[in-house]
Amino acid sequence: MSATEHFAAQVRNAPRAGDVAWLNQTREQALASFEELGLPTTRNENWKYTAIKPIEKKAFQAVDGAVSAADIEPFLFEGLDADLMVFVNGAYAHGLSKIGADGVRIASLSAVLADDAASVESYLGKIADPRASGFSALNTAGLVDGAFVHAGRNQVAPRPLHLLFVSSGDDAFSQPRNLIVAGEGSAVSVIEHYVTLGEGSHFTNAVTEISVAANADVKHYKVQQESDKAFHIATMQAEQARDARLASYQVSLGGAIARNDINTRLVGEGAEATLNGLYLVDGRQHMDFHTNIEHVVPHCISRENFRGVLDGRGRGVFNGKVHVYEKAVKTDSEMSNKNLLLSKNAEIDTKPELEIYNDDVKCAHGATIGQLDEVHMFYLRSRGIDPTAARSLLVFAFANEVLQSLPLEAVRQSLEKTLIARLPKADHLDELVQ
Amino acid sequence: MSSTAQELDHLIGKEYKEGFVTDIEAETFDPGLDEDVIRRLSAIKQEPEWLLEWRLEAFRHWQTMVGPDWAKLDVPPIDYQALSYYSAPKSKKDGPKSLDEVDPKLLETYEKLGIPLEERAALAGVAVDAVFDSVSVATTFKDKLNEAGVIFCSFSEAVREHPELVRQYLGTVVPQGDNFFAALNSAVFSDGSFIYIPKGTRCPMELSTYFRINAANTGQFERTLIVADEGSYVSYLEGCTAPRRDENQLHAAVVELVALDNAQIKYSTVQNWYPGDENGKGGIYNFVTKRAECRGVNSKVSWTQVETGSAITWKYPSCVLKGDNSVGEFYSVALSTLKQQADTGTKMIHIGKNTSSTIISKGISAMRGSNAYRGLVKVTKGADNARNYTQCDSLLMGDRCAAHTFPYMEVANPTAQVEHEATTSKISDDQLFYCTSRGISEEDAVSMIVNGFCKEVIKELPMEFAVEAQKLLGVSLEGSVG
Repeated sequence: MSATEHFAAQVRNAPRAGDVAWLNQTREQALASFEELGLPTTRNENWKYTAIKPIEKKAFQAVDGAVSAADIEPFLFEGLDADLMVFVNGAYAHGLSKIGADGVRIASLSAVLADDAASVESYLGKIADPRASGFSALNTAGLVDGAFVHAGRNQVAPRPLHLLFVSSGDDAFSQPRNLIVAGEGSAVSVIEHYVTLGEGSHFTNAVTEISVAANADVKHYKVQQESDKAFHIATMQAEQARDARLASYQVSLGGAIARNDINTRLVGEGAEATLNGLYLVDGRQHMDFHTNIEHVVPHCISRENFRGVLDGRGRGVFNGKVHVYEKAVKTDSEMSNKNLLLSKNAEIDTKPELEIYNDDVKCAHGATIGQLDEVHMFYLRSRGIDPTAARSLLVFAFANEVLQSLPLEAVRQSLEKTLIARLPKADHLDELVQ
Repeated sequence: MSSTAQELDHLIGKEYKEGFVTDIEAETFDPGLDEDVIRRLSAIKQEPEWLLEWRLEAFRHWQTMVGPDWAKLDVPPIDYQALSYYSAPKSKKDGPKSLDEVDPKLLETYEKLGIPLEERAALAGVAVDAVFDSVSVATTFKDKLNEAGVIFCSFSEAVREHPELVRQYLGTVVPQGDNFFAALNSAVFSDGSFIYIPKGTRCPMELSTYFRINAANTGQFERTLIVADEGSYVSYLEGCTAPRRDENQLHAAVVELVALDNAQIKYSTVQNWYPGDENGKGGIYNFVTKRAECRGVNSKVSWTQVETGSAITWKYPSCVLKGDNSVGEFYSVALSTLKQQADTGTKMIHIGKNTSSTIISKGISAMRGSNAYRGLVKVTKGADNARNYTQCDSLLMGDRCAAHTFPYMEVANPTAQVEHEATTSKISDDQLFYCTSRGISEEDAVSMIVNGFCKEVIKELPMEFAVEAQKLLGVSLEGSVG
């Protein structure tokens, strides 16, 4: 059986939530698309640097996992007062979750599809193109569970929402599907957090759709800390109306192969998008980030800042694209991708792309690949700091520039500590975290 | 705002001045391409057996290939059987021995193009090889070059006179099956220039080839091979024009440069093929493979190109930096107006140690032109201390043009320093106002700003051609440029 047939069979045999005509049709069409597209190969320009062969080789399948409250305890951000939804191997775990009654509407997608599918009809599968890649099609074909967040008009979420996707390993195959709908003038913060219990192998194929209505403000965090044997493929697709603001913070630390597509469409004038990201690649890890910002209408602003630290035999890929449509005059866009190559066997492939169809724009992009600055090293060494510690300090400073931009302090501090823990001889750096 | 846009369009709207046809008797093959055509072509050129075999090998490989479709170009399908693969002005059997024997009509053509072979050569001290359709019609200054030991002749002549050199280097930089158009060229290439600079020689003058497409329904497939032996230096320039026709014509050239130890090659192009009209009718398809190999230590290759013509340009002059301490440079101005499309850039492949490369690319899009920079900087594992600096700027004029940037950077060595910067801007109202308020006409102001934008590249051209290139940009913008 080919990998495509295997996954198609997985989706066919999976239990389904919600039995409504439009939903069934969406899934059927997506399954047909998946069978037509198959899994991407490196002959596909968008997957040029990322071979997903290892995913095809393993027989990933749905697994029921038993997870206790104690198991997830280490993954909660210290000092973060948040609503919590826990998903185990892709299925919503009601018992582990904790949702306050006073906030915006938060529910599992499976529950919404079963009782009230109409409320998601105009969003689900409409924002993210199921045909964008074989993986998007596969996720849509097997659409069953995930988080649904809906902030009504002028509603401001009292707390951030922490979505914790726990995998038990065991070659589990999970396909989270999240939908965030921010109504006019509303504000929400959502943290998508992917972790593994133990060191097992598993495959996550996630899609998150975000609709940001006029004047709304969405802060989206994605922290990927899966095991080094995990395979992680994820797409985030947002659509922003007039004066809508979206900030996305991607922090990628785990996974054997981790691929993130981060896309937003600016369809209302005055919309603003910020996409920041940090990837730490080590061992034999492979991390791939593809971003696409579509400036469809005039007067929109986009800012993008991705940084990567590559060590061991790791490989990083960054492909940032800014697409300015013919009518999108007064577009203001900046993109930056900086990479630190620390090892002889590490590799980085970066491509900051611009596609521009009108003359009244301000677009700049830059990319650098380099090492730690010798002058900086000298400065620290001449003050008696040993080379390993000096190196750790400089790497921390480089990476921390992205983490500094995270507005949620508890998340930022927790990630800074994680970063320090990964660096050798960096204990004393703890005092820098505040 | 829209009035400014219209004025700009008017300013940019250009008249192609080299669009005439020379009425000359020519021997032309019937359209079509098969092994017989290649055999006939090879026979006419009195080529040795190995070269014919080489062509046939390329042809067989080409038949298994499909044209590239990854570029940001809209290329209508090309019927390769509808083209004629050889056209030559009828002349005396043995070809002209000196300029006096060259058909006066041909000389007149070059006169009209502003390239009076004799005078210009004498005045500027530039040796010129003129290629008309499929054959080289004249090469000037042969004696003086011979004295220095420099071989500068048409490719056909080189095959006859210096077969060992040709055989040693042909296809070593761009192999027969490299890509679709290179394979086609390898099968049917007609003529071009061959240059060999011996050890320790500094070529006494600028070398230049002038390419002219004249016959209808023919494709031009020239092949240029430049070998700079140890410690030598050469500066080479090519220029190109074609008549104005409503049909599209194909130009698929291959250029191979080899720089050995301590050698330097400077290769400049002023490309002004017929670009078609404002509705995209007619014009040349310029699908060219250019690659240089810095084989020796301390070798250096510098590409400079000013691309103003062609309906479609698909061209990536590249440097393979094999030798330690070798240097690659790429300076480019690409102007697309009317309905021109250009997808151009460079590849810098760092293999040796301490190699460095610089890429400066300036793209100008106006009217309905589309301009893409596509570049690759690759630092392989063993390329310690590689250094690259890339800057690609786009200037847009008008709200229907397009500019794209696709810079690929692949780095597998931690000692590499790779930087890429790109900006996109337009001629701002402030800049125009500043100039016009000082009594400079809008037309001159636009020209000034465009020339300022391109200055970093133009200054890399040999002086005579810098003037020509500036004029070309000026003509395109219909302003007088100083």
